[in-house]
Amino acid sequence: MRYAMVIDTLKCVGCSDCVVACQTENDVPIGYCRDWITETVDGTYPNVVLELKSERCNHCATAPCVRCCPTGASHIVEGGIVLVTADECIGCGACIESCPYDARYQHPDGYVDKCTFCHHRLKKGQLPACVSVCPTKCMYFGDLDNPNSEVSMLLKNRKHKTLAPEAGTNPHVFYLI
Amino acid sequence: MTTSRRKFIKISALGLGGAFASTSAFSLFGNNSYLSEKTAQNIAKNLKKTATYCEVCFWKCAAWAYSDENNTIKKIIGNDNDPHCYGRLCPRGTGGVGMYADEDRLKTPLIRTTIDGEETFREASWDEALDLIASKFKNIKEKYGAESFALLKHGSPGKHLEHLFKAYGSDTIAEPAYAQCRGAREAGFNLTFGSWIGSPEPTDIRDTKCLVLIGSHIGENMHNSQVQEMSDAIDNKATIITVDPRLSTAASKSKYWLAIKPATDIALMLAWMNVIIKEEIYDKAYVEKYTTGFEELKKHVANFTPEWAYGITTIQPAEIRKTAREMAHAAPAVIIHPGRHVSWYGDDTQRARAMAILNGLLGSWGRRGGFYFKEKISVPKYPHPKYPHPKWDWSDIGEKFPLAQMGITTEVIKCAIPSKDNKYPVKALMVAGTNITKSIPNKKLLEKAMNELEFMVVLDTMPMDVTGYADVVLPECTYLERYDGIRSATNREPSIAVRVPAVKPKYDSKPGWWVAKQIGDRIGLSDYFRYSDYKEVIEWQLQKMGTSLDEMKKIGVKNFPRTSRPLYLEENEDYEFPTESGKIELYSKELENLGFDPMPVYTKHPEPPQGFYRLNYGRAPMHTFSRTANNPNLNDLKSENNLWVNPKVARIIGLKKGQSVWLKNQDGVTSTFSIKVRVTERIRWDSVYMVHGFGHDNKKLTRAFGKGINDTQMITKTMDDPIMGGTGMRGNFVTILTENPYKKQAI
Amino acid sequence: MIQEEIFTSGRNIPNIDPSLEIWHWPISVYLFLGGLAAGILFFGALLYILGLENKYPTAVKTASIIPPIALSLGLLALVYDLTHPLYTWQLYTTFRIESPMSWGAWVLLITTPLSFIWTFSSYREVYPKLEEKLQIFKRFAFLNSFEKFTIKNKKNIAYALIPLALILGVYTGILLSAFNARPLWNNAILGPLFLVSGLSTGAAAIILLSKTKAEKHLFGKIDLGLIIIELALITHMIMGYYAGSQVQLEAMQLLVNGDFTLMFFGFVVLLGLIIPGILEFIELLGFKAPVVVPALLVILGGLIFRFVMVEAGQLTRFLY
Repeated sequence: MRYAMVIDTLKCVGCSDCVVACQTENDVPIGYCRDWITETVDGTYPNVVLELKSERCNHCATAPCVRCCPTGASHIVEGGIVLVTADECIGCGACIESCPYDARYQHPDGYVDKCTFCHHRLKKGQLPACVSVCPTKCMYFGDLDNPNSEVSMLLKNRKHKTLAPEAGTNPHVFYLI
Repeated sequence: MTTSRRKFIKISALGLGGAFASTSAFSLFGNNSYLSEKTAQNIAKNLKKTATYCEVCFWKCAAWAYSDENNTIKKIIGNDNDPHCYGRLCPRGTGGVGMYADEDRLKTPLIRTTIDGEETFREASWDEALDLIASKFKNIKEKYGAESFALLKHGSPGKHLEHLFKAYGSDTIAEPAYAQCRGAREAGFNLTFGSWIGSPEPTDIRDTKCLVLIGSHIGENMHNSQVQEMSDAIDNKATIITVDPRLSTAASKSKYWLAIKPATDIALMLAWMNVIIKEEIYDKAYVEKYTTGFEELKKHVANFTPEWAYGITTIQPAEIRKTAREMAHAAPAVIIHPGRHVSWYGDDTQRARAMAILNGLLGSWGRRGGFYFKEKISVPKYPHPKYPHPKWDWSDIGEKFPLAQMGITTEVIKCAIPSKDNKYPVKALMVAGTNITKSIPNKKLLEKAMNELEFMVVLDTMPMDVTGYADVVLPECTYLERYDGIRSATNREPSIAVRVPAVKPKYDSKPGWWVAKQIGDRIGLSDYFRYSDYKEVIEWQLQKMGTSLDEMKKIGVKNFPRTSRPLYLEENEDYEFPTESGKIELYSKELENLGFDPMPVYTKHPEPPQGFYRLNYGRAPMHTFSRTANNPNLNDLKSENNLWVNPKVARIIGLKKGQSVWLKNQDGVTSTFSIKVRVTERIRWDSVYMVHGFGHDNKKLTRAFGKGINDTQMITKTMDDPIMGGTGMRGNFVTILTENPYKKQAI
Repeated sequence: MIQEEIFTSGRNIPNIDPSLEIWHWPISVYLFLGGLAAGILFFGALLYILGLENKYPTAVKTASIIPPIALSLGLLALVYDLTHPLYTWQLYTTFRIESPMSWGAWVLLITTPLSFIWTFSSYREVYPKLEEKLQIFKRFAFLNSFEKFTIKNKKNIAYALIPLALILGVYTGILLSAFNARPLWNNAILGPLFLVSGLSTGAAAIILLSKTKAEKHLFGKIDLGLIIIELALITHMIMGYYAGSQVQLEAMQLLVNGDFTLMFFGFVVLLGLIIPGILEFIELLGFKAPVVVPALLVILGGLIFRFVMVEAGQLTRFLY
């Protein structure tokens, strides 16, 4: 099992529903977020290209955050999901410094928090909150080890990229372009 | 009555100061420590699920509100069976939790009073506030007649108050949703097809092969099912053509982005008609069978070649031809989208006509992938005595606009200013669910009118700017805390949805229906409110419709089969359009008889003078106009608007990204607040752009106060649509001030 | 080239946006104190093993008071900057071989008590007046036998302290350089550079406390050598950035032509290295120069160096 998220930038309108849905699903305090939207503009008027995308923890296969965590609070569970155990976390911030995506933050209660791919929902057979609410249905979630899964098929048939692959993190959030 | 009576009250009400303002946003969510999965799971387990439909915008998506044992709304999730949302809410719907949780909400009735020469609000009991309002209702009726009490409204509370006003004898009712928004397209399409577009629009986007958006920005407006269907259309490789001077989100998803010079859309559409007719690529059978006036149209557009349009629109003739052919190629599965906010330049009905005519030529009305025949189920009327007949009403006020089919807010407001010619004096005003100071331009006129009023009452959930002008402010509870009317809207299949309170009303807030009933009871209209709880009304209605409140509480949405007619035109059908001629009127006799152009013509609109830029405004997907700016969840996503400026302009003026600037418009109006610059290639050099709904004046909106500029403040010049009274707002020009204009005055 | 890259929504997180502010001054102080302690312990242990404790008593005995205090304060500073400090004990439930932070925690756990013992072994000898006042040996009789034990094993302790001091010194740099997400930190020079800088501040501290000319002279020489190595390493580091990718070039700009240029070149390189180097060189040539001044400058420069690196590093990020 290898969970992955595939996001179609050709469909994303940057509405930020994923951000709110994550906040309400995971009780993320106002002012913080586990996912966010970026906008990239290229070209000169009127030949301009716009890319909108939803970003979050990439659940890297070679996760620098897990590597540098001194207590093992940051760890990888089945399916390749990177999680933080709140009461093993000392709040040293090393994982935050190590993440090329700035995907982690200090929860006001002190521990470090981040996207879990909605691990608690997956266990119940539900999709991550962001994927389940997206009005453009531009987000897909599934098992990369299954060659017939929606995400595997999309990556097989469509041009895609990951973020900062040169950081050597082997990210598992893919962007269709 | 002193002249300063309706001075805008900016200060906090006595006894309210600071007490609520200092509550930290964090505490909204309690002090949940370790939200590791275990706890999160437990939280999820114990949540109660309540059927509702969203009121954060007008799309009214059906949803489930999840609340916990502490009476807190935890999350709101779309109802899978709802054709408005297909189980997926937009960010505002998901963020509806913040509308409930917002600690800045109106908490108790407020009454304007003067203490030590200073105007302020004092807290009042509901009884005191309602008694005062009732006495004004009686007083106005005795002195001037019930008609002089006007209602400006939007959304669900508006319906309940409309009932109260009609029972009282006043049909002086209007809403900004018509003249300041979609009125012109309703008039234009009605003139052509004999049918309003309505909401949600009957556009068959999910099956279309070509979607043409003219200044419409799906994706930045989150009209939920439309956004979802546009995404489906992208999956289906549909061609999207976007006509917009700005690279909107939709434009970035388009195969063709026609970066048109602002205010020249009609010229482009005339050229499209020219190409489609000249190249004979229109739907001949359809035009033959269903339209009238084709020959006149052919003659009319003969000279409007793409080369002619190029000089006006700056769009290359080849592009015009190519896009016209793409549309024709996709026809009849093509949609020239009517748009939603269309009150731009004063010739908006004619622009809507041009869109409608193009749809007619391409045969898309009543066709799969074009426009479907919408259907809704009617909700039985709860019995009440007949409404009295007012001596005059909204239609008399708007009489100089022959095709106005709803009240025109700006005209109602003008009636509040006494003059010899004013036959329809408005003396008192109720405002419900609409922040008119942000939705109606020309603030000076608005303030003058409000100042002349003898009484003004505002019902809202939030201390919006408009509450500052009121004599009495009533705190409405949010949609999550009340029963409300049954939602029945037009769609592919009829459906209904119910709104059941998920939690008890917070603070001392009350539902709109309760307010209407309380006032009604106090002014002797109890017969119109023969129920103690609105729940009884919907129970009765649902029973009549073959279901029950219990069932609806479980399912939230009920879909009904179509009964009126097939979704699309049948092969051998002889459909009669509900127009006078029974056909699609490419040539409008009705307009001709009224002295208007029977077919659209291009008229040149003013262009910005040296040093000025056309002020364009639009929407952000996470906000609904000005009403969500203070919502903690949505404010967190976007707390202020930015001024989009082309890099060329930035170079000339010397603007940097993130720099704060002020605006001054052609009439010398300076923005109250500043706005941060965004230097971007997404906008033309002759215009600037900002998202509507920011720059709030009321300090009680602790998160939204003073953030960004209110575009409506900069709109002082309007161009009225002579056909239906729409308020054209895109003809305002602004200059950019890099120095704080208020600092100088202080020195 | 990307012309505009912005957050549409969701990003204004405290201490994260627009740039990281996760590690604050305590981390800089901690890295400085760790390096300082490592330097003093290294020289003390080395000279003891070489049997030069009587020739250079400051390094072996007098200055040994500094490491336990520095390490204790450093640890306090570190814990102070944790956001979930009640769980600090979790550091010692596991050893994560890939985590520099874990290495540091364990090295400190061993080094700190050892440094106390190291100091204790010469406490009565070096600070007789203090003992007269405190009288701890009278109050706690067992200390007498413990002192005997430590003196007997002093050589073993010294053997242990040398590698520990080196690991500690290198660790202060590797802690930063292990993050490839922060281009300013992510280079192999940082470990040796911080070690050399730590040794240099240690030598300077010994000079400050030293009373004999010979000792001052020796450590002046050592410090000068270290300063030269340090300057070479810094040059090497900058050249590394210069030959690097876009993100490293941007990182270099912060030091070379940006917000930290004055602090870095003015206070660290010039006042903290070049000027004390020159002063020490002049002194070695036999001219009279106040040896306290270069020593103080080196220590101050070392402290500022850590502030600059910790703060500037967090401003740099990966481009994507």
